[in-house]
Amino acid sequence: MHVISTIQAPWPWYVAGSIIGLIVPALLIVGNKTFGLSSNLRHICAACFPAGISFFKYEWKKEVWNLFFVVGIILGAFIATHYLSNPAPIKIHPALQKELSNANIHDFNHLIPSDLFSLNALFTWRGFILMVVGGFLVGFGTRYANGCTSGHSIMGLSNLQWPSLVATICFMIGGFIMTNFILPFILAIK
Amino acid sequence: MNNSTPPVVQDNSLDATSACINHSEKKESSLALLKYSLVGMLFGIVFVKAEIISWFRIQEMFKLQSFHMYGVIGTAVAVGMLSVAIIKKFKIKTLQKETIIIVPKKFNKGQIFGGLLFGLGWAMTGACPGPLFAQIGMGLGAVAITLSSAILGTWTYGYFKEKLPH
Repeated sequence: MHVISTIQAPWPWYVAGSIIGLIVPALLIVGNKTFGLSSNLRHICAACFPAGISFFKYEWKKEVWNLFFVVGIILGAFIATHYLSNPAPIKIHPALQKELSNANIHDFNHLIPSDLFSLNALFTWRGFILMVVGGFLVGFGTRYANGCTSGHSIMGLSNLQWPSLVATICFMIGGFIMTNFILPFILAIK
Repeated sequence: MNNSTPPVVQDNSLDATSACINHSEKKESSLALLKYSLVGMLFGIVFVKAEIISWFRIQEMFKLQSFHMYGVIGTAVAVGMLSVAIIKKFKIKTLQKETIIIVPKKFNKGQIFGGLLFGLGWAMTGACPGPLFAQIGMGLGAVAITLSSAILGTWTYGYFKEKLPH
């Protein structure tokens, strides 16, 4: 039973980080593939809505392995949620919880607050902004930057690529600005 | 089997723009492709179990309230760096006996402008592209809207690419 409860409890950063780091050599050795997830958004565009745009005219079928990888992620998340989930409530930094409570966010039972991310939330201004505008920025920004946290911050940095370091620093600056200076105003919208 | 051919076919249109390229010349069957699903599955489990896909963990990271995400990303980079160094030093081949190729990243201003825009979106949604898929796997159907919007964002980038500073 001890093993089960260890698996069910949230995994420590060094375990998670080590496994993610090992995905880099795993993909290289298994099939000469470089780790990077945002490309899949491009492959989906190329496969479903190319619209004659040259950026989407390439042999996306050659990259279909990455879509298989994504299907695996979806399945893995499903398994972890349904069979390995943590019965205890998730821990949140008290200062963050207090700040969010003041902003009328009360769902602290899930990894993502349903007050902001759910079908009901979509019809509130702040939910709409976070889901739709936020999602758009993720898709637009990662492609413009030519990679995301996996492609640049993990794969790129692992291969000592300085453009990836520039990208990673910019990801972090953008995140700091949003969380600390813009998000409080978005959460305050009634 | 044609192991002597150097696997250096590079599609330049993809090279300059895609972060992730298939370097293997070998065609893989759907069954063989399932091995990527297995690696992905492990990744998906880690995403959920280490709460990397939690909106709260991302806010704590950007508020410097928690070391967790820095620890995850830092360890991943350290392990990745060490692995790539070992692969290069010992010229480790793929399971199909191909030479491992990692294309260098080229710098352009997109890494700055796009990086900043993605950073804003990352803190808003609490997710980068991988976690968006994982959140759907968790059964959060509404994230499909966020993901659709991200796909639209990528499409919009493709549409305006030539007009944007790079």
